[in-house]
Amino acid sequence: MESNTRITMKDVSFTYEEASSPALSGVSAEIRPGEFVAVLGHNGSGKSTMAKLFNALHIPTEGNVVVCGYDTRSQDLVWEIRRRAGMIFQNPDNQIVATVVREDVAFGLENLGVPTEEMIPRIESALSAVRMNKYADTSPHMLSGGQKQRVAIAGILAMEPSIIIADEATAMLDPSGRKEVLDTIHMLNRNKGITVVWITHFMEEAALADRVLVVSEGSIRLEGTPAEVFDRVEEMREMHLDVPHMAALANELRATGVPLKKGILTVEDMVEEVNRILCPSKSKT
Amino acid sequence: MPIEVKNLTHCYSEGNALKTVALNDVSFTVEDGEFLGIIGHTGSGKSTLVQHLNGLLKPSSGQILIDGEDLNAEKTDRRALRQRIGLVFQYPEYQLFEETVEKDIAFGPKSMKLPEAEIEERVSWALECVHLDRETVGKKSPFELSGGQMRRVAIAGVLAMKPSVLILDEPSAGLDPMGRDAILTMVEELHARDHITILMVSHSMDDMARLATRLLVMSEGKIAAVGTPREIFSQPELLSSIGLDVPEAARLCARLRQEGYDLPADLYRPEELKEHLLRLFGERKEGAGC
Repeated sequence: MESNTRITMKDVSFTYEEASSPALSGVSAEIRPGEFVAVLGHNGSGKSTMAKLFNALHIPTEGNVVVCGYDTRSQDLVWEIRRRAGMIFQNPDNQIVATVVREDVAFGLENLGVPTEEMIPRIESALSAVRMNKYADTSPHMLSGGQKQRVAIAGILAMEPSIIIADEATAMLDPSGRKEVLDTIHMLNRNKGITVVWITHFMEEAALADRVLVVSEGSIRLEGTPAEVFDRVEEMREMHLDVPHMAALANELRATGVPLKKGILTVEDMVEEVNRILCPSKSKT
Repeated sequence: MPIEVKNLTHCYSEGNALKTVALNDVSFTVEDGEFLGIIGHTGSGKSTLVQHLNGLLKPSSGQILIDGEDLNAEKTDRRALRQRIGLVFQYPEYQLFEETVEKDIAFGPKSMKLPEAEIEERVSWALECVHLDRETVGKKSPFELSGGQMRRVAIAGVLAMKPSVLILDEPSAGLDPMGRDAILTMVEELHARDHITILMVSHSMDDMARLATRLLVMSEGKIAAVGTPREIFSQPELLSSIGLDVPEAARLCARLRQEGYDLPADLYRPEELKEHLLRLFGERKEGAGC
């Protein structure tokens, strides 16, 4: 693992061809090594544009993006960047290229010109990491949505990336598929130290991140831990976003004068707080 | 126009090794004006079920009676019945195809051979129902719109046929929070204001808690439970045994009861939980300990 697995955006603006206004303007941000960063924003806020700037699918119109020490403006470094910063997209069916799982995972390695004898162990280990090794010889169309997304993740893992960028990777999955993919990505973040940029519309997924960036109208409007961000219920709603159910309930209770502490995101947080106030002897803290 | 499903069984790939029983002896009735939520794990048979209700799939055995009429009988005018039962598929925006939003919505009424003036009126009404402004989007290509707007155009296309029953298969999947809320509010209005009977498939228990008047729980091709949301959501063990969740408010209610707090067992809406929590906090002020 390289030590410099950082993404730095400096005064980045990006305007799509023929667009009258920029999709992102003057954005500066940093994704630090080993972090799990969730990016929130309504459709059209600029968050997907940001993701595409992170692996040189878009090149900034102004400013610069540096990924693992490489400036994305240098055309000849594009493959160095994409090998280190892999991307997963929303629709599992649009990311499968081969007719057998193993070959699908091999696709990226073939493009990088990795020798066959090295490819085999890398594919095996990538498939085990996402717990899909049993399906190596299966046809991808026999898999569930969650399994297909895990195969897509394995395809990226085989390239031994430092960063995984996921653009609404769970949007089309059912609750159990969503959990499978989210658990897999958290495990890779924890055990392999892979930096994760997790773009999502599910506030509950963002609640599990180390840090949350909220993008609106082409700039970063809020930034902080999930607890900090989701306590700003009104601001979030103004940006057409939501907060986890428990954060919303806590906010309403606080408004009527109940002295709940800040940063309640989950059912367990709420139980803990109710105990603290109503029944201190039961409280764990 | 009640829908009666009687002993419905459906097998895919019948007669070969891949045979799967997707629905196994399913019976239930949908009454006029209901909002029936259909929940279940992926592969539980939800989508197979709804595709039977407007005749897209034929039962391997069993019957579907619409207003007492057998949907699959020889003499039944399936085309006419289908117009009265609108089905909105998953990701319906993939089926938009016309040059303009108006033309796309007019496609259904046109194929019903309605007079021009009536078609016009229906297009306007349908756009209003889905909260889109005809002036702004009517002449646009549907493909210029956002994902959430495209989906609303697709739903308007079904509404333009003025169905008495509307079936929606995961209408809010893949949308951002605002898009999700817009779709749900719209469905809520169609039910309350236009008295359209709604059948909605969803994976979101919180959406079901907000909207459904009755829930049908599917598991492995069978009905695992039927009841009001209150009845269903107060059985977390049943739901978790078939891989389903309860709404967060119901989960909090169950956890607080475990901790010994005096709460009714069947709370599942955030607003009612809030009321009860305020009561508990109020009682404490009056000196009641734990």
